[in-house]
Amino acid sequence: MPMKIGTEPFFDRVDKGLQDQFMRQAMVSAQDSLRERKLKATTGDRSLIDWELWRNAGEEIRRHTLENLDYYLQQLSETYSARGGHVYFAATAEEANQYIQEVVKKKGAKKVVKAKSMVTEEIGLNEALEAVGCDVLESDLAEYILQLDDHDRPSHIVVPSLHKNKEQIRDTFREKRGYTKTEKPEELAAFAREELREAFLNADVGITGCNFAVADSGSIALVTNEGNANMVTTLPETQITVMGMERIVPSWEELDVLVTLLCRSAVGQKLTTYVTGLTPDIEAGSVDSPRDYHLVIVDAGRSKALGTEFQSALHCIRCAACVNVCPVYRHIGGHSYGSIYQGPIGAVLSPILGGYEEYGELPYASSLCAACTEACPVKIPLHEHLIRHRQHYVAGAGKAKSGEKLSMKAFAIGASHPSLFQMAKKMAPTMLKPFTKDENISKGPGPMKPWTEIRDFPAPSRDDFRKWFEDHKRKEANLK
Amino acid sequence: MTQGTIHNREAFLDNIANKLGRERRTKVSKPSWNYRPQWEVFKGDSQDELLATFKKACEPVHTSVKETKAEALPSALAELLTTYGGGSIVVGQDPRFHDFGLQEVLDQNETHIWDTDLGALNIDKAKEANIGISFSDISLAESGTAVFFNDKYKARSISLLPITSIVIVPKSIIVPRITQAMKVIQDRVQAGEMIEPYINMVSGPSNSADIEMNLVVGVHGPIKVAYLIVLDR
Repeated sequence: MPMKIGTEPFFDRVDKGLQDQFMRQAMVSAQDSLRERKLKATTGDRSLIDWELWRNAGEEIRRHTLENLDYYLQQLSETYSARGGHVYFAATAEEANQYIQEVVKKKGAKKVVKAKSMVTEEIGLNEALEAVGCDVLESDLAEYILQLDDHDRPSHIVVPSLHKNKEQIRDTFREKRGYTKTEKPEELAAFAREELREAFLNADVGITGCNFAVADSGSIALVTNEGNANMVTTLPETQITVMGMERIVPSWEELDVLVTLLCRSAVGQKLTTYVTGLTPDIEAGSVDSPRDYHLVIVDAGRSKALGTEFQSALHCIRCAACVNVCPVYRHIGGHSYGSIYQGPIGAVLSPILGGYEEYGELPYASSLCAACTEACPVKIPLHEHLIRHRQHYVAGAGKAKSGEKLSMKAFAIGASHPSLFQMAKKMAPTMLKPFTKDENISKGPGPMKPWTEIRDFPAPSRDDFRKWFEDHKRKEANLK
Repeated sequence: MTQGTIHNREAFLDNIANKLGRERRTKVSKPSWNYRPQWEVFKGDSQDELLATFKKACEPVHTSVKETKAEALPSALAELLTTYGGGSIVVGQDPRFHDFGLQEVLDQNETHIWDTDLGALNIDKAKEANIGISFSDISLAESGTAVFFNDKYKARSISLLPITSIVIVPKSIIVPRITQAMKVIQDRVQAGEMIEPYINMVSGPSNSADIEMNLVVGVHGPIKVAYLIVLDR
């Protein structure tokens, strides 16, 4: 399944999210917990001296790397292939999937085991592999839960199964895998461990994403907690890594800073349980390592942001710190975004990767409070990007509703002609009188409808500010 | 070494350069970074202070810690093996077991020493083992981490597949944080050395918070991790 989640219109998805009480409560407690842990591990950790210096370091590294992305990707391809790995540059999701299909077909591989990877969700790799007869198993606990539950989709970048409660997970395990124990998380996890252990040992191909590639050594860094990525990169004979083309650092020196920013911002850990550097070594003669390495570097729309005002969106390290502070995400949940990338970064990235036609409304899922920008460990100006997206959308990109375009046009004419503006101002109280009660509008017409469905709108006053100010000045003068 | 293949590179990178509004860059020097806060953390701390930080960091990552002098290491290890249920053990082909005088303890237990000539049998032994014993190559005080430079002799499975992972940590290899470990790796890369195919930094037993944000310790990797710190090595 590709980046898109569901087919319902944006506001219908939002309504659905708002009615899901368990999901809303889960979002609230998850946000509170993740945010508290992040604050403790960042601004609250005095051993780091000053968290702002770390953010500056992260921003500096990401900016330099993206500005020289062609050079570092070239270097990565040289170092990775010098150690026997194969590198495939995929301009589109289809190209990436076709290459991976070819690799598994040549191997005669049937059993594929995966570690959690957003980019493989984005390109719809599982479906592509299933189409060539592969049995694909997700091994991250959350992804495993979603896969068993009829391929449900992620609702959070870091904790994809956040919208499910333990009873639902127990029932899914019972129905699909004959699970007989209770809903205790320890028992559910132990069951997944047993189920997946054999799958790891029998898999022909292991597939992971990539937190960061290291250009000068040809290494892939994976940052995980469960140990499944280590299983996936240890036992199968063929190893395929899929990376978004921007997920790269020049050397291990910069990896240090970015891994620190990621672990602390995502889950409030000093380091995740496993930080693993995987470098091809086909002649190492190891018993427990892959013999065949493939690195698939994916563009799939990312290059559209290069050289534009949105370039810094590619600095993202997928920590979800912005998601964990967003008041809109808190209320509507992950699935309402209709994209595997949710929250503020999702609302910025999805229109870049998938276009305004599909995702042009997402930048409106924000109160522009800038909490996201403040939380971002690499200082992406997320709320400014959201405003820029809105400007593009209203200016005609994508499928901005004709009514909206017309009203913006009408407003522009009215606001630039004083006589028209005065007339509209005088008429507004009369026009809105049928909707006004106690100086408030609670059931507004047209574009006011979505607003007044959930809160009152103050009715326009008959007196305007200019008149009030003139009267006020006159009274002041008379007093003197 | 056999060279791997590279597909579609030129058009892909030309597009990036084009989008960035310039010609392809074939030579880039890394700037001298303005911000390097990583070097200030625990700067100047003594080895005793680093040890204290390391031990403190082990608590939240569910890792137990025992300390011993080198001369008592064999008995301390034997005791620890009993604590974790004994049974089958797997270790790498690592000269440090001999250097630290641990051969006898290994011989007295049901120990499998990793041997590449035995092929997949090693993996069977590791997955059935109750305990894997490894030496940490570098340890990180800030995060309570053991760094392993895994290769065909010091196999990655040893700290991954058994139920319990026991790690021997000489006090002298404790450094402030990941920064110093990355520097060791970086220096080797710059010197043109082949780095190990698997550099694994492990902080405690595997865990997950994917079910209603409840922390479950022990998912796919080991369920228990214990450090045995050797104070005078």
